[in-house]
Amino acid sequence: MNRTLELVLALAGAALIVALAYAVPWLRFVLTIALAKGLAVLGILLLLRAGQVSFGHALYLALAAYLVAFGAALVPEALLLLPAAALLAGTVGLAVGLFVVRYREIFFGMLNLALSMVFYSVLEKFYSLTHGTDGIRLPPVRFAGQALEGDAAQWAVLALALVLALAFGALVRVALASPLGEALAGIKTRETRLEFMGVSAKRVLLSAYVASAVMAGCGGAIIALTTRHVTPALAYWTTSGELVFIAILGGAGSVVGPFLGAAAYELTRVYAAALVANAWQLVLGLVLLGVIVFAPGGLWGLIRGATQRKTA
Amino acid sequence: MAVTGRGAGTVSAGVSRREALVGAGAMGGLLLAGRSAQAQGAKSPEKPQEIKVGIATYLSGPASVFGVPGRQAAEMLFDEINAAGGIAGIKVRPIFVDEGPGVDHVVGEYRRLVQSEGVHLVFAAISSADCIACAPLADELKRPTLLWDCGTQRIFEDRRYDFAFRTQANATPEILSALLYLLKVKPDFKSLAVINQDYAWGRDSWDIFRTGMNALKPGVKVAAELFPRFGATDFSTEITRVLALRPDVVLTTSWGGDLDALIRQASDRKLFERATFVMPLAESSLQRVGKALPAGHIVGARGDHWFLHPTPQDPARLKKFSDGYRSRFGSYPIYPCFHMAQAVSAMKAGIEKAVAAKGGGWPTDAEMAAAFKGLEFPSPTSSVRIREDGQGLENQIIGTTLHADAYPFPVLTDMLVFPAESVTTPVGQKSADWLKTLTPDMVAKLPQTVAYKPA
Repeated sequence: MNRTLELVLALAGAALIVALAYAVPWLRFVLTIALAKGLAVLGILLLLRAGQVSFGHALYLALAAYLVAFGAALVPEALLLLPAAALLAGTVGLAVGLFVVRYREIFFGMLNLALSMVFYSVLEKFYSLTHGTDGIRLPPVRFAGQALEGDAAQWAVLALALVLALAFGALVRVALASPLGEALAGIKTRETRLEFMGVSAKRVLLSAYVASAVMAGCGGAIIALTTRHVTPALAYWTTSGELVFIAILGGAGSVVGPFLGAAAYELTRVYAAALVANAWQLVLGLVLLGVIVFAPGGLWGLIRGATQRKTA
Repeated sequence: MAVTGRGAGTVSAGVSRREALVGAGAMGGLLLAGRSAQAQGAKSPEKPQEIKVGIATYLSGPASVFGVPGRQAAEMLFDEINAAGGIAGIKVRPIFVDEGPGVDHVVGEYRRLVQSEGVHLVFAAISSADCIACAPLADELKRPTLLWDCGTQRIFEDRRYDFAFRTQANATPEILSALLYLLKVKPDFKSLAVINQDYAWGRDSWDIFRTGMNALKPGVKVAAELFPRFGATDFSTEITRVLALRPDVVLTTSWGGDLDALIRQASDRKLFERATFVMPLAESSLQRVGKALPAGHIVGARGDHWFLHPTPQDPARLKKFSDGYRSRFGSYPIYPCFHMAQAVSAMKAGIEKAVAAKGGGWPTDAEMAAAFKGLEFPSPTSSVRIREDGQGLENQIIGTTLHADAYPFPVLTDMLVFPAESVTTPVGQKSADWLKTLTPDMVAKLPQTVAYKPA
């Protein structure tokens, strides 16, 4: 039941995104950003399964974005920059993960937060390299050797984001149903039992952590390719908070949740900003309060509730 | 407000994704409507019903100390234009967007303004990062864009744009004129300390000041380079350090709450009695800090912006602007208000020029953009010319604080108005290289200062 619903929702969502991006050109940019953030949140979802909240995944977002920004000057090829960014995020994720998976809950969250803020400071302080808060402008990037401009380039990034979202979504769906996914849930319920069964909780969490870093890296690379301007704000704690926020909004029950949440978050934000330029934060806050109070399972929880009622 | 917000919350919580997205799509369609009617880019587009102007400014966050006065000035000036019948007989309407959430958001909003709202012009932005991101977008989306307040000199020194123009100066003349003023009024200083905010502007402005100082007065000892955190509220460490080092001059290019706090704390600890402060942005803080800022310190205004400008081109124009702003918003206009006035004035002059060139017809986006190249337009205090590279040539005013009975805050005396050409990097040169070619005789050629005259 869940499975077909997810599949239908994912495909319908993808089709809807393409249709919206075609009908309303300026939403193309917003939706690409939403997909990129959705990718990063998908990684956070893996960690949420284990009951761990990372307040520092903006680190991997920014790391990848800056790699793309610096790399684009040397190798202006999106299809090379993206895997390179994912690889870098994964490698750093492994190094950081070795330390942070020893900790749980608030300590896990705070350590991640601290490390991402260290990176934020590095980006700001190494002024002659990074131009500090002014950020770096990306030169034009080619896609599979094609020099695309304007609309075509935007479509290419959106397509890339969509493919990545579907692929990682499917992968995480499979992973969650596998022994690894069950072990992650085991960390949340009772870690000692997991160890009694001969499964190393640290190793399980580490693999989830590295995977989440890679996904955040892909998200960061997409953000850099879309906005074509990267600033240290990408590594700031509010960006990490935003990701956790989207995870709650979308709901942690399904791989569709992060993308639902990201789309709802970004669309609410832009429409709120368009309607009330000086009070959009209030609208966003009320929407989120509404979700927390009336739909603790997030948007996904709402949809599943509705379909179950229909079939019952 | 609360009622609609509440309604939006419950609606979102109660609908499915598809319904929400379809709803959003329908909403997008609504916003999109009206755009298709304007044949932008066509050979001879129809005259629009109204001229829509997208304005990026800070409505939230620390920089709203500039953004909100900028928006207020825009509201006042747009009302004035409409009361006088609009531009070329067409009414103007501003659409404000918030820079607060960062570059990602502003880039998205820029696209929305152009592709959905169908604005004819964009004013972007206060943040340098936003300007750097928006200038290439202007060329990509082919929409005339006026950079109305951002400081970085990188934009037109690194690249040329066909659709982006700056209606004000940049960091180089703003900082260089403060340095020249210091060299004129206090030529024998030996050491200097700097307390700047730790972000791009703080670093960039210190770079400009130091490069200029090394060329114009080599051998000054830099006692300390202090970069407190952006948004810091406590400067006791920095003040203690500077009190101990006893430099002759303290430079700070800080602004907003940071500068207010630094001034108040430095005043409490008598630092102003030990060293001369050079504060190129302090004009925007004067009314907030009041007489906590003692007399005898050097203040700049990022241009020739001062409601008591000693030699305005048209005194009646300046008086109308200052008095109009003060009667509507309760304070004297500060430099972002003047920058906004310049952008509005440039818009009016540019559109009128383009319409006249077309014999009364409405210009295409490219024709309108071309009108801004070489355009000279009036500012509240004098006039500004946009050079061939897109950079505006704006005079600079620097003065020394004075406590006058007529005002509850310090006013400027011994004011010096620097002609724009004398302090702006020439076309095609980079500021960092040009500043190195300056020679000390530049100081001798400066005009005389003008003292404060009570009204």
